[in-house]
Parts: sequence; structure tokens; C-alpha cells
Amino acid sequence: MQKEYVSFTKEMKKDYTILIPNMLPMHFTLISKLLNNYGIRNEVLFTKGQHIKETGLKYTHNDACYPAIIVIGQFIDALQSGKYDTHKVALMMFQTGGGCRASNYINLIRKALKRAGFGYVPVISFSFAGLEKHPGFKLTLPILHRMMYAVFYGDLLMLLRNQCRSYEINAGESEALAQKWTNRLVEEMEKDRVSYKRVKKNYKLIIEDFNKILRKDEKRVKVGVVGEIYVKYSPLANNDLENFLVSEGAEVTVPGLLDFMLYCVYNSIADYKLYGRGKVKYLGIKLIYKFLLHKQMDLINIIKENSDFEPPTYFDHTVTLIKGYIGIGTKMGEGWLLTAEMLELAEKGVPNIVCTQPFGCLPNHICGKGMMRPIKEKNPNINIVAIDYDAGATEVNQENRIKLMLANSKDVD
Amino acid sequence: MTEKIKRYTLGIDIGSTTVKTVLCGDGEIIYSKYRRHFSKVREVALEMLEEIHPIIGDKTFTVALSGSAGLGLAESAGLPFVQEVFATGETVKRLAPDTSVVIELGGEDAKIIFLQGGTDERMNGSCAGGTGAFIDQMATLLDMSVDEMDKASLSHKRIYPIASRCGVFAKTDVQPLLNQGATKADVAASIYQAVVNQTVAGLAQGRKISGKVLFLGGPLFYCHGLRERFKETLKLSDEEAVFPEYALISVALGAAIYAEKLNEEIGFSELCDKIRSSIGSSVGANRLPALFEDDADYDAFRERHARACVSEVDVSSYSGNAYLGIDCGSTTTKMVLLSENKEILYSYYDSNKGNPASIVREQLLHIYGLMGDRIKLCGSAVTGYGEELIKNAFGVDIGVVETIAHYTAAKHFMPEVDFILDIGGQDIKCFRIRNGAIDGIMLNEACSSGCGSFIETFARSMGYGIDEFAKKGLWSKAPVNLGSRCTVFMNSSVKQSQRDGATVEDISAGLSVSVVKNAIYKVIRAGSPDELGKNIVVQGGTFYNDAVLRAFERELGRDVVRPTIAGLMGAYGAALYSMKLEKSEILDASALESFEHTSKTAICHGCQNNCHLTVNVFSGGKKFISGNRCEKGLGLGAELEKLPNLHHFKRSYLTKIESKAVCEYPEATRGTVGLPLALGMYELLPLWYGIFRSLGFAVKISPMSSKATYEKGQFTIPSDTACYPAKLMHGHIEELIEMGVDAIFYPCITYNIDEGDTDNHYNCPVVAYYSELLGGNMDSLKKASFIYPYLNINKKKELVKELLGVFDLYFANRAITKQEIKRAVDNGFTEYNAYMDAVKREGEAAVKWARERGKRIMILAGRPYHIDSEVGHGIDKLANSLGFVVVSEDSVFHLAEPVTVNVLNQWTYHARLYRAARFARENSDVELVQLVSFGCGVDAITTDEVRSILEDGGKFYTQIKIDEITNLGAVRIRLRSLMGALEQ
Repeated sequence: MQKEYVSFTKEMKKDYTILIPNMLPMHFTLISKLLNNYGIRNEVLFTKGQHIKETGLKYTHNDACYPAIIVIGQFIDALQSGKYDTHKVALMMFQTGGGCRASNYINLIRKALKRAGFGYVPVISFSFAGLEKHPGFKLTLPILHRMMYAVFYGDLLMLLRNQCRSYEINAGESEALAQKWTNRLVEEMEKDRVSYKRVKKNYKLIIEDFNKILRKDEKRVKVGVVGEIYVKYSPLANNDLENFLVSEGAEVTVPGLLDFMLYCVYNSIADYKLYGRGKVKYLGIKLIYKFLLHKQMDLINIIKENSDFEPPTYFDHTVTLIKGYIGIGTKMGEGWLLTAEMLELAEKGVPNIVCTQPFGCLPNHICGKGMMRPIKEKNPNINIVAIDYDAGATEVNQENRIKLMLANSKDVD
Repeated sequence: MTEKIKRYTLGIDIGSTTVKTVLCGDGEIIYSKYRRHFSKVREVALEMLEEIHPIIGDKTFTVALSGSAGLGLAESAGLPFVQEVFATGETVKRLAPDTSVVIELGGEDAKIIFLQGGTDERMNGSCAGGTGAFIDQMATLLDMSVDEMDKASLSHKRIYPIASRCGVFAKTDVQPLLNQGATKADVAASIYQAVVNQTVAGLAQGRKISGKVLFLGGPLFYCHGLRERFKETLKLSDEEAVFPEYALISVALGAAIYAEKLNEEIGFSELCDKIRSSIGSSVGANRLPALFEDDADYDAFRERHARACVSEVDVSSYSGNAYLGIDCGSTTTKMVLLSENKEILYSYYDSNKGNPASIVREQLLHIYGLMGDRIKLCGSAVTGYGEELIKNAFGVDIGVVETIAHYTAAKHFMPEVDFILDIGGQDIKCFRIRNGAIDGIMLNEACSSGCGSFIETFARSMGYGIDEFAKKGLWSKAPVNLGSRCTVFMNSSVKQSQRDGATVEDISAGLSVSVVKNAIYKVIRAGSPDELGKNIVVQGGTFYNDAVLRAFERELGRDVVRPTIAGLMGAYGAALYSMKLEKSEILDASALESFEHTSKTAICHGCQNNCHLTVNVFSGGKKFISGNRCEKGLGLGAELEKLPNLHHFKRSYLTKIESKAVCEYPEATRGTVGLPLALGMYELLPLWYGIFRSLGFAVKISPMSSKATYEKGQFTIPSDTACYPAKLMHGHIEELIEMGVDAIFYPCITYNIDEGDTDNHYNCPVVAYYSELLGGNMDSLKKASFIYPYLNINKKKELVKELLGVFDLYFANRAITKQEIKRAVDNGFTEYNAYMDAVKREGEAAVKWARERGKRIMILAGRPYHIDSEVGHGIDKLANSLGFVVVSEDSVFHLAEPVTVNVLNQWTYHARLYRAARFARENSDVELVQLVSFGCGVDAITTDEVRSILEDGGKFYTQIKIDEITNLGAVRIRLRSLMGALEQ
């Protein structure tokens, strides 16, 4: 049982702006635009800087998860910036629910807002688990359908950009192309119909465009990034890890957002299989799972047919990798997916891995740090470094450890 | 000879405290040097290069930098960099290729390299400070130089357990040891042992350290006692343990070797130019405004604070009555003698040098001398950590709880005071005052003690005295922003700022700001300065530092009162408190002359806690025992044992479950199953016991945890920031293996028992899935079947189905039928329900018992495993000894209605916690004290919620953070303060 919260009403929908914290720039730009097209006025917060962390620390429990501290800092910083009429904004947070304390983000945000004097600002939890009611915020099937493609597009752009940028001859070309495509896809989404045929055609065009980027024929150290979802992706949280690795001469591989979505979907399947929970839900979920897998396979095939780029790993295969390491029931936080992604990277020939987590992240004790020993035992070539992120941790310590991992990778080669 | 050399290479290693240079000619060392840099990284590096100039002349060479501070320099100067662990590897491969393992301790890093059977290089994580800086800190605490401490350690007789995780924790262990009279030799050796344990546990993580082991780095080069501890712990022979002469310069040498592979040659002057031009080129953006604008600003500030003073009277001209206050703190002893008019006649403030009793004796004699016949001592009172000891030793009239003493003193300076903040050497204390009574008490938890001694140690490590260092901070133009976290993080923040070119002034000011931020945001947990109060008094020795005081006022945006006797407030308050007396019974001069005090240590075997007692014997055979949790060790436990204690009840029920079982069980013929008594097993033991016994298995339960349990399993713990209850699990597994079981059972339970009043009923990730981690990290589990299926305990039918699968897989030859399992599950739940009912009944009975006798009730709340005697550190007994009837959250939560909370109420254990808090809120004779495990992420959410439930009803919220440390002194003060506040 929970106390009342400020809900986002239909009236608010008319003239409120919903602020969304950035996690993945390309994905979120696409999703933001898409929601705007459907009359959900919103803005993604791309603000950065040390003061955000400090604002977060000021208004929330300092032992709370680092991602919560940052997101709270970013929200309150925005509300205090004077840029917005605070009586005309709402906040939105993506969350997955589950036994991890992350499912309490929304409540931590509300508490912090109250302390900062913004208790009246509505906070919307965006969750497939449907945790709360907000009459003014309804995601219709057409929106969800398009959001799904936004994720696919985002993953593809991220994948190709990462595979090109460390080798590009003209500096900045890959990033620029990714940007160009993001804008183009945004424009396209304004037009009404979305046909899957068109989407597949876009995949092909994107791949062809990236294929045209002139690249050096050099051998680069391949480094994968896995970890807690927010810290893994958000440059604000991980001190711009991707760019740091690129500047150190590495090629970066970051598993896509789709994997996490599939993982969430799969957990409902596991709940039924392991505990006999939610049979009705199971049947529906199974269909969604198959549907998404099918779409992923299409994307993989299009990449293979049109280029030498390394496609994402088929999720149905990813699931099988954890056998002998961790159980499919470990579903809090990133759970078994984190272990699976490390193994997936190893299988793909990316033996160097940065495993990112907020300091003291509970699930990662088990599925991250707890699995490193068995993974190393069975894959002697693998080279993993666990990096803790925290409002008080310093870049120099993190960089030093990452450099050690990189130095060792050269030995492996 | 240099004429013949074809190729020169230079390695420069700049660490957190030192610079090392090595010049090689054709792979041979021709010059090397080691120096402390006191944060002047670039300047010292340049000076050291100058010394190489005569050797190298105008020849060109290749160069590589290394080290944590070298990283920044290499970047801004555009020079090659090699990671330091990698560099060490290069050195070892060339000079000692037959090495198996390298252990290197640096100023702030610890590293280990396994060279055989798969190279593996590791560094300590971000929360692990047991290195050079830690040893320096500990030496400061012992009031010794590092050399003296090392020499002392060699003559140790025993080793005390000291938390090996992080410097801050170790400190909380060391301080009480010193106060209780442990010898410095023993403490020094124990500190070294802690460093060894941490290195081995934290870095090796289960990988065996054997063969030829090479020890490198400053601390291992200089500290012979540390070497000895390593050798003994790892059981290495003289041949196997190698301490090479290049231990100090191994990284720089590695960098020089690495430089052989580089092509780009550089000349001497070009190198110096590059380094020079990088000076000050990158002032980091992360800076704060200056503390004072100009001299006038500072003078006004000084003048304002000088007004909060107490008048002093010359003791030699005074005659009349006097009152004595003693504050025996953790590191310092303070004494104040007051006149009838509350003027100070005499005061004393100094380090207690680990022996407060002798200092108090000395001072008393001195004071008696000053008093002569003119002055009559009418009352005396003592407060602080050493209150009991001093009171017993000298017959001091009254013992005052610290909080009350401080409030009494603060009121004198500001009658309407509503907030007191005290930052001392080791701790931060804050009290909120409402309606003339103490209303809230906050103390720093072991993890965030960025207190006074921290600045002092830091000053020393940079080569300054504390006063000089503090003064420098006043004039910093741009103090560095160091964040508000624990000491270890601050160390690395300082490292980062050094890399960004911060000056000593900037660092000093930055440290002051961070101490303040730490107090406000971490200890007090204030969202805005207004939450503190309007009339604030600050005190404690740390506030003598004007930089800290200024930073505090800045952060609050409000002026505060700092009495000129900021460091004496406890003693002053105690003296004021004693003014209600008319005649003092304190030992007189002749008794003092013959006063003798000896202390020895002993271990109490009265119960599982095995308390380390310190027995103080005073002249006349009077004894005072400290270190005890309960009264048993004192030989007068009979009376207090009778107070109901639900923790004790639950412990004895679970450990003697055979005798409590309610079902009939067949003979055990199918083998032996071991159940580890840790984490979730503390809740579900009766269920699994019933199931396995029904099926004809013998059940062995691992004994209640102790420090030894932890030590048994500590080498297989992969994540050093996990909670202590989880870490203990490793030891329980080892113990079960030793007991010779066929299988060990600890299932993965995502969903805990659904008690029907919550949003969901999860376990936390650690309780739910710890078996996955155990399975992957504990080799000894190969000696038994480790069974950890995912089970649904909310549907009997499902559970039967799932267990059938489990038994088919692991015990196929036992031919266990579904029918049998069905009956077993029924029995299991009968046992579980019987247990839970018994707990509730006992809870009700305890409440009734207390009410009939007018006793206070304390809900010592947490999670089921907090009743473990090692996890809970016997705090339940301590509470009993203070006169509380102790109940647990799960024994009384049913007496209150479900609570509407601000958070997602989705964990079974915590739902009980919230309801128990409601029960406390609704009953004036019930208090709630929450036990919180360090590192428990979920508790970041529950603590705020429990606090608000209690405070909504005007109740006190008391939190005790527990980890492997056992600083019961602090817990005692906290609980006594709670009592003091209740009595007001």
C-alpha cells in the first residue's frame, strides 16, 4: 500500500512539458520526437556537469543507487534552472519494477522533489509492468509500435557507429552520419504510417551509408561494455566511458537496448516456468517474445546480407550462454543478462570487458562480480575489469583501472 | 662507462605520495631515486630530472611515465604512459622470471599479479584503503612514527581482530583497543595483520598465493613487521618470500623497460620543457569559491567568534567552591575546573596517549596542588567514551551521557540553542533540541568519518602540521571540490586534484569544505540548511580550524556560534552538571598518590559473543571490566538475564530446532543435508528442516556465526562491498563441508512468503540469489552436492512439483515419491508456522511482561538474520543490560495495522519493519532501534521510511549501522543517549 501521488491529468496534457532524463542519446531523441508527434509534449534532459551529482546528493539519501542520485540531481537541477515554469512540467522515469531497489526510484524522486519544494510536480513512471495510473499519459498501441522501431533504429545506429568510429579516416564522420540518420528518422516518423517494409528498407540504407565510410585497415583492441543499464549507457553516469575507450584506441561494443527489453519480457516467461506464476500473462508474453525475436532476426539478416559488420547476437542464443554459470531465475536488476552479455562478448571475440556498476549495486554482487571467477575459469583469455561508479568516486581511479585492463589486452593479442 | 651505452631509457613513476625515477642504459639500471613529493608533483619531478642531467648530458633517450599521478602529467605533457601494474609485470618478467605471485603495496593502491597458471593482474577496488596511507594514519593514531610503529610491532605478543576492509573501519577497532589498554606493540602488529588480510582476501579472492612471492612497494620495503605478517600468514619460507632491493622503484624500472619498445627519442631539455609547460596548464573546472575575500573579511570573522567566550579567573587568586568536569574522549582527555560563577579556573586538553587513567590522575594531582586550601571541590562529573572507567577508577561523583553534557554546555552560550554539531577527532555528533529537550541524535556511521583526525593525518602526509595546514586553506583562491564521501574516496579525490594542478592551499581548503559537507549531507542528512535549525552551536576540536568553521557557515548561509572553548564543551558541560552537588567523593590527593592501575585482557566465555574483556585493577583491588556486551562477564548477570529478549528466544529456537519440532519424523536413512544458518535461512530454517527430516534425511545446521566463521570463508568473497551477513555465508558453507554433509541446500527464493499486506513480497537480490555466487566462487562446494533450485514457497502444489524435480536430479537413487514430498511440504509448513507463531506469542508475552513491571520495550528491528550473534554483535544483550525488554520486528508487527508508506512496499522483511515502526509509534513505552547492515542498498530506502513513520508520531529514530566492526562503545553511547532523552 502506498500513499497518494500527484497524477498526470488529462488537463495537464494540454500544456505541460514532460522532462525525461537522457540515457542513450540516439534512442531517446527518437522516442522523444515520436511522443511529441502524438501530442505528448516532452523534452530530453541532456544537461551534464558535477553540479548535477551534487544536487542529487543534497536531496536524496547518499546511500541510494548512483543512478537515482544522478537522475534526481538532473531533474531538480532542471526545475531550479529557471528555464521551465515548474507548474507546467512533469517528470518521467523509465523503470522496470522487480525485487531490486531500483523499483523505488519513483518514490525516491517524489521524496526528493518534496524536500526541494517541488512536491506538486507530477512524476510519471513509464513501465510495462503498469505500476501506476496517470490519466493524461496513455501509450496507445501505435505509439508503442513506433517506440519499438525507435529502439531497433537506435541499436542499429549505435552498433554501426561503434564499429566505424575507431577506424574512420575522416574524424567525426561516423558520429555525424549517426546524427544525420537520427534526424532523418525523426522526420520520417512525423509522417503517419509506419510500414515494416519501410523500416527494413531504412535498415539497409543505414547499413549502406555506414559502409561508405572510409576506414583504416588496422587492428584495434576490442572492448565490450556491460553492466547496470543506466551506468552502462549514460555518459553522465559513466564519465563518458565510450569516448574514453575510443580515445585510448579501442573499438567499443555495447550490447543494445533491445536485449534488455527482451530480458524483461523473458523474465515473465521464467516466472511461469520456474514458479508457475501468471499463466495467462505467460501466454501473451510468449507471443511478444517470439514477435520481438523475429524482428531481431530480420535485422541480423539484413546486416549480414549487406555488410561485413558484426550483427547483434540473436537473443535466443544469448539466453543459452548462461548454462553452467547462473540460473535463469536471477532476474533482479540486470540479473542473468549481465552474465550472458559477458559470455556473448567473449564468444564474439571481444575478450576485454568493462563491467560497470553503481557502487554497492546489489544484483551486481552476484551476476557481475560474483560471476567473474567462473567466467575466467572457463574462458582463460577473457580480461574483465569491474568499475564502480559513484558520486564520490574519481575518474583517475577508474581510468587507471581501465588502463590496466587495456594494457593487459595488448598482451593477449 | 656511459660512453659505451648505445641506448638510454628513462622511467618516471609518480604515485600518490612519491616520485621514483630510473635511468637505464642498454637495459641496466645506471641511476635511480625515490622521493616524497608532498603533492608538488611536477616541481619534484623536475628537480629529480635535474639530478639525471649530468649523467645523460645531451644524449637522447626514450621515456615512459607511470603511476596514478603520472597519468595526468603524461596526458598534459604529451608523454608516453604505461599503467603501473603492467609496468611492474615488465620488471618482474625481466629480473625475476621464476616468480609466481607479486604483491605490491603503494601509497594508496594494493596490487597483486599472478604470473603462473594464467597471468592475472589485479588492483584493489575503490573501497579498500588498507595500504601505505592507511599505515600512516594508524601510526598517527598510535602517536608514533611509521618507523617506531614498525619496531614496536616486532615485539608483539598477540594479534587482535581488526576490520580488514577499509581504513575507517579499522580505526573504529583500534581506538577502543587503545582505550582499553592494549599494548601498542600488539596493536601495531594487529594493524599489519589487517593489511595482510585485506590484501589476501580482497585481491586474491580465492586464488592461492604460493610459490615464489615477490613483495614490492614502499610499505613492504620499510615495514619489517608487515613483511613478517605476510610471511607467516601465507606460510612462506625464507626462499619463497622475496623482498628485492628494487622494491621501491619497481614501477619506474618497469616504465624504463617499457620505454625500450618506444621509438620516439627525446632530449633532456625537451623533456623538461614539456613537463614545465604542463604546470598549471590545466586548472580543473571543479573548484569552489575562496573562503575569505580579503584580510578584513577574515578579521571580522575572527572578531565575531571571539565574542562567544567564557571568562577565566586566575586560580591562584580564587577562593571558594569549585566544580570539576572530565570528558574522557576516544582520543583526547579534557578537564575543566569551574568557579561558583561558572568561570574557568583551570582547563586541560590533550591527547590521552592511549592511557586516559594516568593522565586523569596526573591532572587531578596538579589541580589539587592549584586549589590548595582556598578552594573546595564540591562536585565532579565525567562524560565521554571513558566515562565508566574514570568514574570507577577515581570515584567521580556523576557519570553524564555525552549528549546531555554537551547540551548543558551549549545552553550556556545560547539559551535558545536548537541544534548542536560536534566534530571531534573520530566522530561527528549532532543533536536537535526541541522544547528544551534533546529530540534527535545523529552520529556518524563508521563509514563516513571524515572527521578531525582525517585532516590532521592528511596534513602530516603532505609534510605539514595541522595548524599550518589549516591556515594555508584560509587563503586558497580556488578550493578543490572533493565531494562528501568517505575518507578513501577523499584520498582519491585529492589524487585527482593533484593531477589537475591543485596547490596545497586549495587542497587544505577543499578538505575543510568536504568535512563540512560530509557532516551536513551525510550525517545530518539535511536537504536544506534550514532543516538544521536557527540557533546553532558548533563545537569539538575540529571547529578550532577556521577554515572548517567558515566553510560550515558558508554552506548554511547563516552565522553560528563557536564557543572559544569549542574543544572543552563536554568537560565544561559535565562541570556545570556537577554544580548541583554539595560535596565531592572523588579520590583525594593521598589516595591518588598511592593510586595504581593495571589492565589485562581476558576473553569472556559466558556466551557465543566471546567478548574481549579488559580488566582494570585499581589500588585496593577495585576492578573495572570493559569490553563486555552484557553483565555476564561481570559475574552479576543473574538479575538481568531475566529480561525478555526475543533475539535470544529466536536464536535458541533455531539452533535447537530438533527439540522444538512439532512433527514426528522417521529415522534418518537417506543421507545428510546441511543448512547454512545465514541470510534467508534465519527465516525459513523450520520449513526446510521439516521437509528434509520428513523425507528421512539427517539435517545438520551450521553453528551460529563468529569472527572465525568469517575468517574461514573470507578468501572466496568476490565482492568486497557486499553486506556482512552475506559474507558470513562463505564461512557457513566451509563449516558444513567440515561437518561432512552429503549435500548443502540454500535455494534461490525470488519471492518470499506473502503476508498479504504489501505491493509485493520479494527477497532482496542478495538473499535471493547468493547461492549463485557461492556456486561460482567456492571450490570447496565440489566436495558436496550444492543444491540451489529456484523455488516458489507460496504455493504448496508448485513447491511439491519443483522439489520433485530437485530430488529426481540430486537423489535419484533414493526413490523419493511425490506422495512423500507432499507430506514433507505439509510438515515443513507446520514447522514454519509453529515457529512464526511461537515468535509472535513470545513477543506478546514480552510486551505484557514489560507492562506489568513498567519496563521499556525496545524493538531491535532489522531482518531475520540480524539476530545472529556475530551480525548483531550482541547488541540485544547490551540493550537488556540497559534495562530494555528486547523484542524483534517479526514478534510484534502483527500488533499494529499495515502502514501506508511513501515507498514501494515490496519486500516481506521490510513490510514487517514498517508495521513494527507503527507499533512503536502508537505505544509510548515502545522504542524502535533499527539495525542496518553496511552496504545494504535496500536500507537506503527503508531507513528514511522508518524514520518518518516514527517521527510522525513524535518518536525518536535510532539507527545502528553494523558491519564486521564491533565498536560497542559507540552503540552504548547511542543507546544511553536514547535513554537519557527518554527520561527528559
